[in-house]
Amino acid sequence: MIAYIIRRLLYALPILIGVNLLTFALFFVVNTPDDMARMQLGIKRVTPEAIQKWKAERGYDRPLVYNEGAEGVGKITHTIFFEKSVKLFVFDFGRADDGRDIGHEIKTRMGPSLAIALPVFLLGLFVSVSFALMLAFFRATYLDFWGVVACVAMMSISSLFYIIGGQYLVSKIWHLVPISGYAGGLDATRFLILPVVISVVAGIGSSTRWYRTIFLEEIGKDYVRTARAKGLSELTVLFRHVLKNAMIPILTGVVVVIPLLFMGSLLVESFFGIPGLGSYTIDAINAQDFAVVRSMVFIGSVLYIVGLLLTDLSYTLVDPRVRLQ
Amino acid sequence: MRYVPIPAWLALATILGGCGQEWNNPYPTQDGGRNILYSAFTERPKHLDPVQSYSEDEAEFNAQIYEPPLQYHYLKRPYTLIPLAAEAMPLQRTVDATGRDVPADSPQVTHTLYEIRIRPGILYQPHPAFAQAADGKLLYHSLTQEDLKKVYSLRDFSQTGTRELTAEDYVYQIKRLAHPRLHSPVFGLMSEYIVGMKAFAEALKAADKALAASGNKNAWLDLSKVPLAGVELIDRYRYRIRVKGRYPQFAYWLAMNFFAPVPIEADRFYAQPGMAEKNLTLDWYPVGTGPYMLMENNPNARMVLERNPNYRGEAYPAEGEEVDRAAGLLADAGKRIPFIDKVVFSREREGIPYWNKFLQGYYDFSGISSDSFDQAVRISVEGEASVSPEMKAKGIKLEASVGTATRYFAFNWLDPVVGGGQTDAAARERAKKLRQAISIAIDWEEFISIFANGRGIPGQGPIPPGIFGFRTGADGINPVVYDWIDGAPHRKSLDTAKKLLAEAGYPDGRDARSGQPLVLYLDTTDRGPGDKPRLDWYRKQFAKLSIQLEVRGTDYNRFQEKVRKGAAQMFAWGWNADYPDPENFLFLFHGPQSRAGTQGENAANYANPEYDRLFQQVKHMENGPVRQALIDRMLVILREDAPWSFGFHPKDYSLHHDWVSNLKPNNMARNGLKYRKIDAARRERLRADWNRPVLWPLGLLVVVLVAGAAPAVLSWRRRERTLGRSQ
Repeated sequence: MIAYIIRRLLYALPILIGVNLLTFALFFVVNTPDDMARMQLGIKRVTPEAIQKWKAERGYDRPLVYNEGAEGVGKITHTIFFEKSVKLFVFDFGRADDGRDIGHEIKTRMGPSLAIALPVFLLGLFVSVSFALMLAFFRATYLDFWGVVACVAMMSISSLFYIIGGQYLVSKIWHLVPISGYAGGLDATRFLILPVVISVVAGIGSSTRWYRTIFLEEIGKDYVRTARAKGLSELTVLFRHVLKNAMIPILTGVVVVIPLLFMGSLLVESFFGIPGLGSYTIDAINAQDFAVVRSMVFIGSVLYIVGLLLTDLSYTLVDPRVRLQ
Repeated sequence: MRYVPIPAWLALATILGGCGQEWNNPYPTQDGGRNILYSAFTERPKHLDPVQSYSEDEAEFNAQIYEPPLQYHYLKRPYTLIPLAAEAMPLQRTVDATGRDVPADSPQVTHTLYEIRIRPGILYQPHPAFAQAADGKLLYHSLTQEDLKKVYSLRDFSQTGTRELTAEDYVYQIKRLAHPRLHSPVFGLMSEYIVGMKAFAEALKAADKALAASGNKNAWLDLSKVPLAGVELIDRYRYRIRVKGRYPQFAYWLAMNFFAPVPIEADRFYAQPGMAEKNLTLDWYPVGTGPYMLMENNPNARMVLERNPNYRGEAYPAEGEEVDRAAGLLADAGKRIPFIDKVVFSREREGIPYWNKFLQGYYDFSGISSDSFDQAVRISVEGEASVSPEMKAKGIKLEASVGTATRYFAFNWLDPVVGGGQTDAAARERAKKLRQAISIAIDWEEFISIFANGRGIPGQGPIPPGIFGFRTGADGINPVVYDWIDGAPHRKSLDTAKKLLAEAGYPDGRDARSGQPLVLYLDTTDRGPGDKPRLDWYRKQFAKLSIQLEVRGTDYNRFQEKVRKGAAQMFAWGWNADYPDPENFLFLFHGPQSRAGTQGENAANYANPEYDRLFQQVKHMENGPVRQALIDRMLVILREDAPWSFGFHPKDYSLHHDWVSNLKPNNMARNGLKYRKIDAARRERLRADWNRPVLWPLGLLVVVLVAGAAPAVLSWRRRERTLGRSQ
């Protein structure tokens, strides 16, 4: 298994280089280093000398990917792409365009992001799986029918509607929790209740339908009929047999997102004033801060690769037949 | 297993989190009833270093912390400069090339000297940069990496200290404008005026290179070692700035953070290796002598200012405008300020939560977005704005003021169709008439009504009300676009515009020579669905003259690039004043400052030799009848040439709760927090009234969940009891 993990990690290297190259190309198609300098220096009284100085200090005065003026390997290494990318592979994110330490920002913002994402993930998984099992239990009845109708209705509504509606009803009209904001420690609970509930509710529709489909497929299999024939109760059949055997498709969708929980949610963090990594990314895109955008995309890619690896590993835990070689 | 319904968890968590106060109160319980002002910010400040900070978002913080020599009087209008850290207004002398005093209006003036005396006894806020050991040695100026291991913010330094503000700190800050590792937006401008600034910058660059060459790259660069010819330290409390020629506007710069003091100890403290990596910089933690100090800098969530315990205390102004006494703005005259102990700024990225929290009493102020305008404001038939009955019932008050800003629609002077740079006089005349026709057709009154909720005054020229040079009444209108009828300006008829268009060679919007329809191009950054009504409105204005308007939407970078290169035919833009002087608006048309030519602020690239000549006369003149006459002449030229369709001067509307007092809009000064006052007890009472938790929805939710689950439970039980069932 260790050889498999090492091999997978080595496969990740070209993927990360590719992602980096793609991010670099997309970013610099839209923004030139001059644009970035102007964004940081403001629009009033900015001189060409100031722009040149800003670029020189941050290494943006070099060619993008190929330096004709350099010698030998310097043609590749003395470029913006090489200099800005290579440090990422040792997780040295450097400084944002406004001079602030990106690593420090990521560390401080990871907590608030996780504080929302983790409960949403766990609670959402629990509620969706339970609801899907219930629908599977009552399959082909009016409960199943109306449950599916509710799911379709819920997944058809924009998450922005849940957010604004939730804030309006729960915070503005009923005064039950703060509309937005964040605090450290236990006090964070008051600020997290509403975004967590809204995120869970907004995600129930689609995930329940997905899990219901998986469970229904399993329920039709022979081992379920055998279990019933043994006289097991329907609940035992569902929880001990169906749920266990449906774990592989569930894990495929679930484990891969676990590492990505660190990345936060763009929309929820923005509306609820949560100072997490999602809002950090949005701020960086708005400020054309390539250093931050590049770092966040890189971390996202690494976490996604880790998620895929964890998914493969998790298969061995739930299905003894699976061997990783 | 016994199930506890989710709503019960919700209620429990809510109660635990917010016991003892309103459940939706976003602030800690212990802060209830305290003398704290609550505000919000939407954009995180990029720079707090006073040599770099230049935006209003940043000034909201910096202006409370730093004390430049001068400030604007809080209540007087027109805006008046008064001493802040200075003991009196700067002593000004004009001298000739030999250094002899000459009258200010003498043509022999080569330099102006500003001598500033700082008040003795002003102390800096407590800061570790000043902390001293018993032997007088600075405690934290030789920190090692080991010392910094457990340091993450300034709070991690156990000791703080202070010292008296001296004139040397002001001199040091002026030198920092030229610091090779900093980017001061005003360095270019100041190097044109302050004697020796360019040479000083070169000397610093050389010193910095020498440091790097000796293996000390990024080590502290001691600016005090390098002399700056134009800035002289006279004694502990006095310094002198030598400015080239006459530059009366220089006094306004002395009221900005660029000229606030920075103590050498702070610069040296923050320059230690390892500090910048931990965000321990002057850009993150300002050090000032003002009424407040920054205690928490978390631009992602919250910025907190607290009263500076070393603040000397100023007196609340005893003079103001006539209306100020009636408005109660002079009730605290002579009292020691600041009144408020702490100011909490929370980050709100979205408008909806910001607005709702203001209505709940959790923010003391709010602007008014277009979405909430109808809910907040009523405009009477006379055009007077007041708060809506709903706001009035809550005691919310409206403050309105005309901003020192202008919004305009520019015609690129370099463009062969709408510009005025053609060599052929007849072609120039035709283009002028085209611009005049369009200026008449664009109905800015309608624009203000539709897109600005009535918040603006149609522009008759670039100078907004409240700035010297602005005229009211018939003398103040743009006669090319307006007629003065029955004591009010009326936009000229479309027939007049069409006549001008025909004279320009485009009868009925077609080129008289080719018969082709006239197509003009508007470059804009408006591209989203929300911008469509505005773009359609522009098309409609041009369609009135049968001109086809093509909108070229692009991102802001490309838009700026086009304007920089003089490639945009027409565009809408704006300007906010740096200081309340007409020069700060009239220079937007100065030929040598064209955007395409010199990257200056003349974005329309307008050029008129007579205008430029008058500008040279006006720019350094004292306000008075002669200056007014010259400005009038310049406005006549601008109105006739029409390089802009003068759009409007925006009105700023803001709301505040009635527990906030001493609030008067001031578009130039940002250090107004020290004058404000709140009635925290009243706020506490009203918050409790307005935010009583409504509990029945929790009960209803429980009922709905139980009702929803009951059929499932009953059905499950029935199935479990069934002995056999058919598939």
